[in-house]
Amino acid sequence: MDTREKDIENLKDYKYGFSTDIENIRAPKGLNEDVIKFISNIKKEPRWMLDFRLKAFERFRNLKEPDWQKPKYPKIDYQDLYYYSAPKSMNDKPKSLDELDPKLLETYKKLGIPLQEQARLNGIAVDAVFDSVSVATTFREELNKQGIIFCPISEAIQNHPELVKKYLGSVIPTTDHFFATLNSAVFTDGSFAYIPEGVRCPMELSTYFRINASNTGQFERTLIIADKGSYVSYLEGCTAPMRDENQLHAANVELIALDDAEIKYSTVQNWYPGDENGKGGIYNFVTKRGLCKGKNSKISWTQVETGSAITWKYPSCILKGDNSIGEFYSIAITNNHQKADTGTKMIHLGKNTKSKIISKGISAGFSDMTYRGLVDINSKAQNSSNYTQCDSLLMGNKCGAHTVPYIKNKNSNSNIAHEATTSKISEDQLHYCQQRGLNPEEAVGLIVNGFCKEVLQQLPMEFAVEAQKLVGISLEGSVG
Amino acid sequence: MIEQIKTDFEKIIKNSDLSESDIKLKRKYLDNFIENGFPSRKLENWKFSDLNQIIKKNIGELSFYNDNSHPNKVDTATFIDGLEHNKIIFINGRIEKIDFNYENQDKITIDDDYKFENKIENSNSLLSLNNAFTNKCYKISIKKDYVLNKPLFVYHTMNNKIKSKNINLKLEFQLEENSSLRVIDLFNDNAENNFVNIFYNFDLKKNSTLKNYKIDKMQNKNIKYSYNNIEQETNSVSETFIFSSGSNFSKNEVNCNLNGEYSSAFVNGIFSLHNEQQHEIRTIINHLVENTKSYQLIKSVLGKNTKSAYQGKIFVDSKAQKTDGYQLSKAILLDGTSEFNAKPELEIYADDVKCSHGSASGSLDENSIFYLMSRGLNYQQSKELLINGFLLDVVEKITDLEIKNLIKNMIGLKE
Repeated sequence: MDTREKDIENLKDYKYGFSTDIENIRAPKGLNEDVIKFISNIKKEPRWMLDFRLKAFERFRNLKEPDWQKPKYPKIDYQDLYYYSAPKSMNDKPKSLDELDPKLLETYKKLGIPLQEQARLNGIAVDAVFDSVSVATTFREELNKQGIIFCPISEAIQNHPELVKKYLGSVIPTTDHFFATLNSAVFTDGSFAYIPEGVRCPMELSTYFRINASNTGQFERTLIIADKGSYVSYLEGCTAPMRDENQLHAANVELIALDDAEIKYSTVQNWYPGDENGKGGIYNFVTKRGLCKGKNSKISWTQVETGSAITWKYPSCILKGDNSIGEFYSIAITNNHQKADTGTKMIHLGKNTKSKIISKGISAGFSDMTYRGLVDINSKAQNSSNYTQCDSLLMGNKCGAHTVPYIKNKNSNSNIAHEATTSKISEDQLHYCQQRGLNPEEAVGLIVNGFCKEVLQQLPMEFAVEAQKLVGISLEGSVG
Repeated sequence: MIEQIKTDFEKIIKNSDLSESDIKLKRKYLDNFIENGFPSRKLENWKFSDLNQIIKKNIGELSFYNDNSHPNKVDTATFIDGLEHNKIIFINGRIEKIDFNYENQDKITIDDDYKFENKIENSNSLLSLNNAFTNKCYKISIKKDYVLNKPLFVYHTMNNKIKSKNINLKLEFQLEENSSLRVIDLFNDNAENNFVNIFYNFDLKKNSTLKNYKIDKMQNKNIKYSYNNIEQETNSVSETFIFSSGSNFSKNEVNCNLNGEYSSAFVNGIFSLHNEQQHEIRTIINHLVENTKSYQLIKSVLGKNTKSAYQGKIFVDSKAQKTDGYQLSKAILLDGTSEFNAKPELEIYADDVKCSHGSASGSLDENSIFYLMSRGLNYQQSKELLINGFLLDVVEKITDLEIKNLIKNMIGLKE
């Protein structure tokens, strides 16, 4: 019996006992080696994957939770969480839209989301007219034709171990910070995409079109590899508000761009932000990092963050290849008691590397918004340049907007420019819009959209329209 | 180090005529310093320069005992010529002379027995060190409606009698209503490997004006830390100019609390660094009430193996509507080994404000050099001309004409 089988054998005798009922598989509460083995086992992972997880867990045990961030939160008891639970069965899910929260339905209506899609988002079994599975299958066939691999990461571990083994953890190693290491130990599922050499991905990839996409859980892991000369645009999340029982979300996203490849990663996040009094809501502690490994490669992050009680993330680019380019476009909106501490890191290692950061922060209500970023130009990164612009908009005097950029220049041939402004919507602008028949809320929506335009332009077409509406909705009730 | 500091402290206490309660207070400060030690990279404020390491590397064992019983000889040759001025002469950690000869003596009081307050302030361990070891803290008050005729020069002199010592200086200034004071700090160092720790506290009452210029020009191998705390009431103005160049390591901190409406603070600085120097300026401007204004401009020219850092923070309280805050830092890196770090920070809780910051760093513009060379200047001349213009911008911000010209001559800037 090899060691792996032994492990499984041991698990069977595990004192808390694991239920094998497919409908209701759940790891016992708490975080320990057995739980990790359990997850690995259920996913039928090879030995190296389990080792990867255990190595991460070993390190995690010695790590301290960071506390330098601006938004403070009550201490999380990591032993009081479930680290694995299988998707809910159909019986637990709402049967029709009438069972849903009317507030949620109202938001859907404002965003213009079709009925079928509303149902799909809430896991309601959809009828034959809208067969998402068949739509997804057509997409999948087309991708296969081009040799693109796009599947859940657990499938990739089974079917493409050579790729996963080579790249998983190469950008976010198991020796990274607290939440990233936690994710490496217990991640349950996520997306995997591989674009072969010279292929331009014909469509926007999105979890939306992935079979088995439901309930990837709180510890998602995404790995995207763009081989030489390829291009891919990836969409994460959607504009519709997402309800989720899991409070802590600690996902890891790794992007790798080889020579001449380009990855465009767009995120729209609208998770439950808690109620008006700041009760509840999701903690979004995501680690996103892209590596421009090859020459002339490019990684571009675009994010629209409107949800979550606390957003704490810094999508970063490591510009290792010569002539590589990193971009970061962000809109972060906080309302009521939401808090955000977000920004980016641009690490210039290769020659002639360029980076651009455009960040727009809007805070309203009692919220707090922080832009925190790092631009680091290494001594070997000749002729590199960076441009950073971060603008903040404040609505009301109960909220805060902060900018904390770190700028490190170790190279005399490189240039860094940084600008930041903070302002409010001027009375004149509001007056002008209202004079022309817009109500105050519409006027604010219009002005804010103008403020965000530079970033919204970067989003793929379908997304951009919805995101624009989302910006308006997020700020509802913050005027007057 | 801990043993050393304790024995040195006991030696000082034995030779002093301090009261029982003062000794107790000093002990408290000493304990606080021992507990925290010299600040290191682990503290956010010291991220860019690890003082603990720097002291270890450059000084090694530091001695805290200073024999202050004998007066030092005052070398008049170091005084500024051609400009009448008042003087405070500070030699090897001892205040030798405070001289306000040009002023109306009724309008200035000097309290040499000033008691510092009994509170362990925040977490600044260097302040604790200062409080534990300063032998005398002077408080200088400028009376209501009095404008000093001449500027006050503080000569910081160290001669080669001291080495590997910690020197502390603490001065309190109070500017009463409608008064005005100009303070120029001049550093003359002939000693090596000392750690100088200076704390100034300025209390600005209504309508008063303070101008503080710090000139550290002479090349030396000392480590300096200087902290200015400025409290400002309604309509007061403070102007701080820092020329940071001479010392091996230097960190200037300016903390400004704008407590009164229409008060304003200006901080301007120049780093001009050569051979392995490492300097830092950190400014914190707290806008606490409505209609306050701040402006900061910091420029660096960095030579071989040098490192400069600028950490600037503008804080705007939720009450401080109509704040106007501006902050700009620029750096020219002359060599592949030079490094510029910046952390321009905004923390804003009010919506009707105008706050912005900018930071730019890079090499000298080749096009500009080409332009100048095509007009007959050689490479070196063109470079110098460009740097001259770059730095002149900051010096031009000095509002006092007399001092501006003096500083221009001192640091060799041409118009």
